[in-house]
This record gives sequence, C-alpha cells and structure tokens, in this order.
Amino acid sequence: MPSTSLLLLACAVQAQAPAVDTNHVPPDPPRQVMGEMTYQDMVSMMQMDDTHRFGKVMLDQLEWRGAQEGGAGAWDAEGWYGGDYNKLWIKTEGERLAGRTLDASSEFLFDRVIARWWDAQAGIRQDFGKGPARTWLAVGVQGLAPYWLDVEATMYVGNEGRTAARVKADYDLLLTQRLILQPYAEANLYGKADPDRQMGSGLSDIELSLRLRYEVRRELAPYLGLGWFKRFSGTAELARAAGEGSDEVELVAGLHVWF
Amino acid sequence: MRGLSGALATAALSSRNGVSRSWALPDAWPGRPMQLARTEFDLEVSSIEVNFTGARRTAVAVNGQVPGPLLVWPEGEIITVRVKNRLTVPTSIHWHGVIVPSDMDGVPGVSFAGIPPGESFVYRFRVNQSGTYWYHSHSRFQEQVGLYGPIVIVPRGGQRHAADREHVVLLSDWSDTDPEHIYRTLKLQSGYYNYRQQTVADFLHSVHQQGWKSAVGERRMWGEMRMNRTDLADVSGHTYTYLMNGVPPAGNWTGLFKPGERVRLRLINGSSMSFFDVRIPGLKLSVVAADGPDIEPVSVDELRVAAGEVYDVIVSPQEERAYTIFAQSIDRSGYARGTLSPRPGLESEVPAMDPRPLLTMTDMGMGMGPDTSMGPMVDSVAADPRRDLDDPGVGLRGNGRRVLTYSDLRTLAPPIDTRSPSRDIVLHLTGHMERFVWSFSGRKFSASEPLKFNYGERLRLVLINDSMMNHPIHLHGMWGEIEGPDEKVLVRKHTINVQPAQRVSYFVTADAIGRWAYHCHLLYHMEAGMFREVHVNA
Repeated sequence: MPSTSLLLLACAVQAQAPAVDTNHVPPDPPRQVMGEMTYQDMVSMMQMDDTHRFGKVMLDQLEWRGAQEGGAGAWDAEGWYGGDYNKLWIKTEGERLAGRTLDASSEFLFDRVIARWWDAQAGIRQDFGKGPARTWLAVGVQGLAPYWLDVEATMYVGNEGRTAARVKADYDLLLTQRLILQPYAEANLYGKADPDRQMGSGLSDIELSLRLRYEVRRELAPYLGLGWFKRFSGTAELARAAGEGSDEVELVAGLHVWF
Repeated sequence: MRGLSGALATAALSSRNGVSRSWALPDAWPGRPMQLARTEFDLEVSSIEVNFTGARRTAVAVNGQVPGPLLVWPEGEIITVRVKNRLTVPTSIHWHGVIVPSDMDGVPGVSFAGIPPGESFVYRFRVNQSGTYWYHSHSRFQEQVGLYGPIVIVPRGGQRHAADREHVVLLSDWSDTDPEHIYRTLKLQSGYYNYRQQTVADFLHSVHQQGWKSAVGERRMWGEMRMNRTDLADVSGHTYTYLMNGVPPAGNWTGLFKPGERVRLRLINGSSMSFFDVRIPGLKLSVVAADGPDIEPVSVDELRVAAGEVYDVIVSPQEERAYTIFAQSIDRSGYARGTLSPRPGLESEVPAMDPRPLLTMTDMGMGMGPDTSMGPMVDSVAADPRRDLDDPGVGLRGNGRRVLTYSDLRTLAPPIDTRSPSRDIVLHLTGHMERFVWSFSGRKFSASEPLKFNYGERLRLVLINDSMMNHPIHLHGMWGEIEGPDEKVLVRKHTINVQPAQRVSYFVTADAIGRWAYHCHLLYHMEAGMFREVHVNA
C-alpha cells in the first residue's frame, strides 16, 4: 500500500509542520515496468558502455640520424588495444644503417592497471637485426611519475641465463601550446655479454636527447633534435673492434605521429 | 497568461498550438509549420544537414530544426507527445527536470526500451509544475549533435515575477567532429583539446610575479600530484562553436525589447560539455527562477550555468541601444553571444574574454590526500572537502562583478518535505583525468549496483567532489533540495553542480516509484562511467 503510506506520511508531516509544498505532486508509478536485465542488454539499449575498448598507434620517433657512418634511420613505436584496465601493447624500436637493421627489438605485452599512475606489463621481447635473434620474457612497469615524467622500466630474462633491463623516460616541456621540447633518456643493461650481438655486460648504452617538435595537430608533429648516444665498457669495446664509434652526438629529424 | 507575452506569446498565439520558435533562425533553416493541439504534439526525429561553421555536417533534429521546437505546456494538463524516429538508429527524448512517471522519462534501458528506427513512442503525462525546462536525447551522443530543445510550462496561476516580454536563451556546444571521435580522442589523450596549458613563458611570468621560490614551489606541488591547473574543460573551443539558440557568435542571435520593459530571459545550458559564465554588460540580472521553480529574486552581474542547469533572469534595459548577451565558456576558449536590441540589426561591443583561469588551492580543498581506497581509477581524493556554497567557482572569484552562488538561491515554495532525513547516502565524484575514466565513488556504471531508495523516505545525498573538475549531477524523477545551515532547505534543483573539492548535501524525498537515471550531465563523463541507476521500490 505505498500510496496510502505516503498519504499518511504526508498527513503526519502536514500536522507537524505546515510549511510543506502541497503543490508538489509525485509521479504516478510506471505502467510499463522494465524487467531485470543484464548489463550487456542494458548498455545495448542505452548505447552507452563504459567498458568499450579502444586502440592507439603511436610512432613516437620516426627519424633520420646524422651518424658518422652516414645517415641512419631509427624508429620507436608503440600501439595498444583494450579497455580501461587491461590492454595489449606492442612496442618496437631499432635502427637501420646502409640498408641493414642494427640493434632492434619488438615486445608484445599484456598491460594491467596496478595503481593510480602505474601499469604493470608482462610478455615477450624479440631482438632482431645484427647478430642472432634473441627472445626474452619481459616484466615491467609503465606510468607517469611525479612532475609528469613518462617512465618505462622493464626487466628481461632470456635463454642461457641472459638478463637485461631497459629504462626510458621523457618529459614534455611546453615552450608554446604547439612547440614542445622533449628531453628523452634511455638506458640498456645486460647481465651477461653477448659478443654475437656486440653487447657487453653491465650498462651497455644510453641515449640522452632533446627533440623540439611542432604539433601541426596533436597527432602530427615534425621535429628536430640532438642526441648523445654512448656505449659503455664491453659494448663500447666490441663496437670499437668492429670499427664503430662508441660516443656520438647526432642530429636527428623526424616525425611524431599517432592515430 | 500575464507575463507570457512578447515574442513567445506572439509565436504561441500565431501557431495556436503551443509549438513555436521564438528565436530568429537563419533563413535557410529548415523548419515546418505545425498545427497541433496545445496539449498534443507530434515530434519527428531525423537527420538534417547543418552548417554552423562553414562546413556542412549532419545533425539530429526535431521537426527539422536544431535546437528543436520550443514546447509550451500548460501546468496541470495532460500532455501527449508522439515521437517518430526517422533515424537509422534508436532514439529517445528525456524531459529534463520534468517530473513524469518513470516509463515516460525517456532513458533507454532504464525507463523504457528506446524508440527503434522507423517506430514511434507516445509520451503521455500530466505536468504538475511550471517554469523553464528542456528536453534532449538520452541515446548515445545525439544530444551533442542537436537533439535538444526548450520547454516552457506556463503556471496555472500566472507568472509570479511579471515580465513584459520574454526570450528563451538556449546555450549549446557544436563540433564539426563526430562525437564518437571526440570521445575516442579523450580516451587516447585526455588533454587533446586543451590549448591553454601552462608553458615555460607562464612559468617565467610567475617567477617574475612571485619570485623563484614561490613559483617553483607551486609547480612542484601541482607536478607532484600530476594535476593540470588548466584542466577546466575536457572539450574546448578548439573544436566547439558555442551556440545561442542555435546561432553561432557571428550570426548574432537577437532578441527584441522596448526600453523600459522588463524582459525575462530563460537561460538553458543545453550543451554537452560546457559551463557558461553569462552576463549582459550594462544590465543587472535579476535571477527569479532556478531549474524551473521561482526563487526569491537576487540581483547579480553574472552567473555560471552548468550543463543541464536552467535559470530565469529578468532584465530592465532602459536605454534605446543594443546589449550583448555574453556567455563565455569556463576555460575562456570561446563564447556564445547574442544581442538584446530595440530593433533588428543592432550590435553592441562584445567584451574580451576573461584571462584563462587556473585551478587554485581552493579547488583542492585542504589538499588532495593520498587515499587510494577507491582504486586506481581515482587520481585524487579531497582530504578535507569544503562546504562553501558561497564560492562562485574557479575563474569567477574576485572578478569585480557580483556573481551568483548557490547560497543566494531560495526557492519560494516551501520544502517538499520537512522531515529530517532518515539516512545519508554519501557518493564521491571521482575520476582519472589522464585515463579519462569517470565514476561515482571509484565505481564506473558497469561495476556498480543500483542505489536503492525506499519509497517514501527522506534522504540526504552527500556528494563529495574528489576530482579537480566541476560535475553537474542530475537526478531523474525527484527534486534535490540543497541543504543550507541547520538542515534548512535552500533551493530545489534538478541539476546540482559540485565544484572541485566541494561537498554539497541535498535532501531527496523518494516519492517516485520506478527506475531512474542519476548521472553527471557532462555527456562524455556519463559515457565514461559517471552514471548510476536509482531504484525506488514500493
């Protein structure tokens, strides 16, 4: 007897405090009641689904590098597909010189949100390019550190007791709304030397670079930059033995694209 | 019918059917005369071609126009609206702020099954309230692409606040970009539309102003929290063209008056994602109604209208000259503009937009706490939320103008219910700006259970905004009565804006049986999860 109880209620309220809006009329109960339905049925009727999956492809760096040996091409690209909590990521980076792919790698990762600013990632990494191919298991974190620093840190375990680590960080410094200076750092470490791929053990190489991009649109930004590429200890010796430099400052020019 | 005069009355009388267009639409605007009874309406939802910016786009229209026709309803009558869907996708119409039975409320999946392509739905309900309201689609992004229009419910006993003439001023946001693409873009890069971020030059400026230590300290604090002080509007004037009665700023919508007249302006924010700060330089605005019901008049220079909110203001222009109605968006990335004029073709100066505001410590309350109990999709939690209903909000503080605040509002009618609430329901307004995920208390709609209200109970709903954005929260089917000091009811509203780090409590009497929607009226926030279902069970 809902209407009766409400009426009684209204009367009681009326008696105790006359200052109630008697012009307010509650709506009648519905004649057609929507039955119980699943979330999927409901969202298809509403055409509103907050679990919808999206995908993104990012060519963060697609560039020409003015190396001593001549112009080299380099790429650093990523893509993801998934929902708010779980995604699949693909990452690839590498360098090509004189028609040959040098040190390059691709990763296939499962990504899961673990904290406000951090995702955990796990999957495999495949190295290709010069020397024999190597396969690794990968585990890492990716996210936004304080002060808007984009950070990726991944550990790798390979065959024959090989281990490796890769750390990347970048930051967008807005000179204007469209002209953006991006400091970028990357370091690679190996637990064990791999002479076939010209890798020594320990800190193998780092890149410190500055790229100045102009966002014609957010999705399309040509850039110019300067990179310092340094190889260390074992890796540097192996490079020198192969007649390559171990410490180079290069001009870079490229495109930053996403869609 | 006293007070319902001027353009509105003329239009209503000339069509003799309660459907009128009181605003001047461009000549090329498609629209057809309708001959309907005053309580019966035939509405047709269809795709039309529009051109607001110089580019042709497809919009969703009601009876061939964007905004849809003005519906004038007499209070106390039974209204019948037959809606025919001529789209290739389902549609719906929700009567925003109008208390109707839940099966007439127009939310697909909650109140009814929606209107399939080619089919019709007959809405039928008695209107027991009066004032300014509006209608819009509750299907996907149809509201963004044009399916919205004004409603005026004429009070049975005549207007309490008399006016000689009146105009509807319906504000909205239009983008030439497909809303599906806008939503995807926000998910991929949430700051995409923000071209007013802090730059190196801004930093050097604040070093110059406040000294190195203070400027660095400020940047450090916001940087540690990974909060962007310019994040005021997720979708901005970068893609939006702001419309007044469907007319872009260059089109200069014009409403006429005679000097000495009292002119009622029915301000409706029918936008999808925008907050408008409205003023008319040279005129005081006497605010006489909020979200429909009459209030004690309060005289201001400016008011912020959140998405979904409605205010009636009365102005008394004395001079024989044009006055600009200026409605700048909260982030100052654009504005809607029109003119009140003694005759067509006049213009007045359009003021410069205010400087881009920055979120301040006030918008953080006493700081954002480290609380992570609501999960990883909540990027901040207000450690000590503020209860300052007299704060006009970011960008309006101390601007030298008298700005309306919620503490100014007093509904003239007594409260719906004077019982003390039997229980409190506390909901946090939460989100993650970077990931573009929005929720109540850390739970997206997909992960939530319906809120259960017991039929007949008096409730206190407490909304705590943990995020750094404003959220206009809209409850269907039941009024919210904002709580002032000593449990006093200040004002009756259907859409209640909660500022960053603010706590707002309001009373609800659960007198409406059925299933209802409860959500943020920023469309892309709702789509991203800031939506709950409310069950009122008998």
